Amino acid sequence: MSHIPFILAAYFIAAVVLFWCAMAPLVRKKSIARDIRRLTQIEDIPRDSDA
Amino acid sequence: MNMKTSRKTKPRKNPLLMFIHKMGSPPWFYQFSGKLIPWFWLIFAVLATWALYLGLFKAPADYLQGESVRIMYLHVPAAWMSMLIYSLMAVMGFIALVWRIRMMEILAIASAPIGAAFTIVTLASGSLWGRPTWGTYWVWDARLTSELVLLFLYLGVIGLYKSIDEPRKAARAACLLAIVGAVNLPIIHFSVKWWNTLHQGSSISLLGGSSIDASMLWPLLIMAVATKFYYGANLLTRARVSLLEQDKRKSWVREAIMEQD
Repeated sequence: MSHIPFILAAYFIAAVVLFWCAMAPLVRKKSIARDIRRLTQIEDIPRDSDA
Repeated sequence: MNMKTSRKTKPRKNPLLMFIHKMGSPPWFYQFSGKLIPWFWLIFAVLATWALYLGLFKAPADYLQGESVRIMYLHVPAAWMSMLIYSLMAVMGFIALVWRIRMMEILAIASAPIGAAFTIVTLASGSLWGRPTWGTYWVWDARLTSELVLLFLYLGVIGLYKSIDEPRKAARAACLLAIVGAVNLPIIHFSVKWWNTLHQGSSISLLGGSSIDASMLWPLLIMAVATKFYYGANLLTRARVSLLEQDKRKSWVREAIMEQD
């Protein structure tokens, strides 16, 4: 039995899991930063602007 | 009045305590960790590449396991990390509960997904090593089962944290679960001694030396160090994101986000 497919599969799974684990917080950060910018814009609008 | 006796001496401050105190301040932590993260990723990339080169191309095949021994350069460091991260999470959880340090709560909770990822890598790589070596992907062996329980504990900590709306309450509940779950760590470690298991005993010991050849030991150790830097970089990144999320109405967060633009 060749061991190569098992070795490649193990390293591939590890690469995918660890890459996803590293990228997930960056994706989350992007969405939070967007929320914060929107929140800042809303709060920066003067209260009398709709009067 | 004697000037010598009346002059107040300035109390000396311990630099380590000062550092720990500073780390408890979210804006300071956010800035400081931002500087460390790129260096941690760089060191991880260099060490992991070196370990992979040695493990996949330079180290010899094992006389019993054959080429499948190359999975060990991934499996063993991942298994060490799965246990180390849980230990750190439990210690940080304990500190967070006793001294109510918010940064510790954030760091403990941020550790859980990274630990779960390493546990998944451990179980998957071990299973792929088991098929050509033992003739099976899985057996309900004490070591394998206790490692699977570790994955469930990590998932439990993540799930419990996400199920409570108030972040600090959620963190305290999850920290408590992390501390209780630490009882599984000695079970994983000593399972190969306490029970008659299919899983082999340790080949490397801090005190007893190593029973494997240096050509196989070095890639393992280098990968073990590399994974520590992966954990460091990932942990700090996750902690920064949690801070942004929890403090999004505070001025320092808005300033930090605006600085990035």
